Amino acid sequence: MTKEGINYRKLWIWIAVLIVLAPLGLLLPRLFKSGGAWGEWGADELKDIAGYVPAGLKRISELWTAPIKDYAFTGWDKGGKSYVAYIVSGIVGVAMVAAVSYVLGKILKKK
Amino acid sequence: MHIPDGYLGPVTYGGLWAAMAPVWLYASRQMRKTLQAVQVPLLALSAAFSFVVMMFNVPIPGGTTGHATGATLVAILIGPWAAVIAVSIALAIQALVFGDGGITALGANCFNMAFAEVLVGYAVFRLIAGRRGAAASKGKRFLIGGAVGSYAGINFAAFLTALELGVQPLLYVGQDGRPLYCPFPLKLTIPAIMLEHVFLFGVVEALVTVFVLLYLRRSHPDLLEGRS
Repeated sequence: MTKEGINYRKLWIWIAVLIVLAPLGLLLPRLFKSGGAWGEWGADELKDIAGYVPAGLKRISELWTAPIKDYAFTGWDKGGKSYVAYIVSGIVGVAMVAAVSYVLGKILKKK
Repeated sequence: MHIPDGYLGPVTYGGLWAAMAPVWLYASRQMRKTLQAVQVPLLALSAAFSFVVMMFNVPIPGGTTGHATGATLVAILIGPWAAVIAVSIALAIQALVFGDGGITALGANCFNMAFAEVLVGYAVFRLIAGRRGAAASKGKRFLIGGAVGSYAGINFAAFLTALELGVQPLLYVGQDGRPLYCPFPLKLTIPAIMLEHVFLFGVVEALVTVFVLLYLRRSHPDLLEGRS
């Protein structure tokens, strides 16, 4: 409860429900045999689609490797484990996004 | 719509980083003027919602996937400038931690989804919904504004994305005559990205926005009245 009595607890429970349901965002594309988003292909996929990997694209795409790339852990990117990894990614991501925006909000709020 | 690293050349991604710097600065100043202490938890909640809603990939059977962003909804809840910051934070964590969208391309992705989409979506919403106030959030125009605004916002962002990707073969060609970065020309990027957003992902965005507004109107009417 906040000073003005808005109860956010129920809304945070909804966020938790969404995290648990998030693997649908992995399952449905697999069921319908859909690929990734248009224009978000990695270098390997691009080779199949365009026939080659543009030189500059390859160089810049190798600059940063995300710690939890594609919301999956190494060896946890297929089958049932990938759904678990997706939920864990949701928990980690939501916690980080909420924490950063909460702290920034505290700093930037009206004095 | 999350442009990965390597699809944009240095001038494009550098230029869009440079364009976002004053936007973030201005948005922070606006937050200092308008963001009330009681709204801080809502800011965190909104940013978290934007992050998690983008995990729900919607498939086009046999084709690509896409998702809603929640950007216009967040602007309706906490105001457009706080929304610029909230959605930027969600995009930054996606890029840094999950490799969803590039680091060099983060300026571009924030420009498209956290700035252009938020402002266009919110402007259209405000145009239809009318003035802020307790009464306004109870009417039909409030929901129609949310639907049309969020639909317009995501499609505008999709168009900018298609434009930024499609100009790369014009800007950067290697010595062998082949594109250095995104290899797809405008005549490919615009129809590919726009058709899927006009007919599917934009509709999903509008549905998500209206559904959440309907829910909040029933469960947390006080939350909508202050801002909208």
